[in-house]
Amino acid sequence: MLDVKAGDEQSFTLLLHRYRSPLVNFLYRMVRNREQAEDLAQEVFLRVYRARENYVPSAKFTTWLFRIATNLALNSVRDTRYQRMEISLDAPVTVDAEEGEEKTLDIAEKHQNIEQHLVEETRKKMIRHAIEKLPEKQRAAVLLHKYQELDYGEIAKILQCSESALKSLLFRAYETLRVELAPLVAQQGKS
Amino acid sequence: MGREGEVMSCSRMENKILGYVDGRLRENERLEVEKHLAGCAACCLRVNEFRAVSGLLEELPMIEPTAAFDLRVRARVAAEPVKQSWWAWLIPAPRVTIAALVLMLATIWVGTASKNQPQIAQEDIPVLENYDVLSNFEPLTELPQPVQADDGGQQQSPQM
Repeated sequence: MLDVKAGDEQSFTLLLHRYRSPLVNFLYRMVRNREQAEDLAQEVFLRVYRARENYVPSAKFTTWLFRIATNLALNSVRDTRYQRMEISLDAPVTVDAEEGEEKTLDIAEKHQNIEQHLVEETRKKMIRHAIEKLPEKQRAAVLLHKYQELDYGEIAKILQCSESALKSLLFRAYETLRVELAPLVAQQGKS
Repeated sequence: MGREGEVMSCSRMENKILGYVDGRLRENERLEVEKHLAGCAACCLRVNEFRAVSGLLEELPMIEPTAAFDLRVRARVAAEPVKQSWWAWLIPAPRVTIAALVLMLATIWVGTASKNQPQIAQEDIPVLENYDVLSNFEPLTELPQPVQADDGGQQQSPQM
C-alpha cells in the first residue's frame, strides 16, 4: 500500500489481484447478491485508491480494507432490508441464480450422481441460509473469523468493538448456527 | 484467568470455547479449558458441536469475481479526477496569468506613485475655489485679451 501511495500503479494492480477474491466472497456472503457484491468490492478498491495519499500504516492493511468493506456491506444490508423483505414474501423459495452458478461449478468438478448431488445441494443451502439468518454484525464476525482467518484483534478493530465483545458475539453466532444446523451437526457427530 | 488449581466456570468458557476449537488459544488458556472439559460433559458436547459447525461452514464453495471485475475497477479509477496542487491552475492559461500579474503590478505602482505627488496645502483650497476673488484679481485683468477666431488665424502683435 505504501508503494501505491508513492504512485506505483503496478502495486495497485497487485493489491487488486490479491484481495479481489476474498473481498467479493466476503461481500457476497454479506449482501447475498453477486452483482451487488462486485459493485461493493469495486467501491472498496476505489476508496482505497482515493485514500492512498493519506494512508498511514497504523494498522494492518487487511484490517483497513475489511473495515471499509464491512461498513459498506452493513450500510447496503440496512438500505435494502425493506426491499428484501418484500421480495422474500413474494418469491417462492427456489434455487436462485447465484446458487445455480455454484451448482454448475460443482457438477463440472465432481461428476456426482443426481441423488448425491441433491443431498449436497440441500446441505449447502441449509448452511447458506443459516449464515444469512444471522444478525449482520454476527454474520460479519463469523465470515471474517472463518473465511478470512483474521485474528480476534483485527476483527474487533474492523467491527469497532472490544475483543471480549467480539468473542461474545462469535459465541452467540455459533450457538445460533448450532441450533439452525442441528440435523447436520448430528450427522457430523456420527461420522 | 483463574487462580492455579481452580477449575474455570462454564460461563467463562464462553469466551474461550471457539478459540479452543480453532486452536487459537495460548498454551496456558488451552490447559485451563481442557481442565474444565475433563469435568464438564455439557461443555464437552458444545465443543464437539462447535467443531461440527466449523466443519460445515468450510463446505461452502468460494466464488470467483467475473472477468469484467478488474476492467470495471480500472475504469472507475481512471475516471477519478486528478488531484492538482493549488498553483496548478497557472499552467493551463499562462497568458491570462501573466496579464493578470501585469495588471496587478500596474495597480500597485499607480497607487504608490500617487502617494508621492506634492500635496496641496489645505489652507490654499478656499482661495482657489473662490471665483469672485479670482475674477477680481488685479494682475489677471491686466493680461492681453485672447485672439478672436475671425482674425484669419493671424496672431495680433502688441503695439509698440
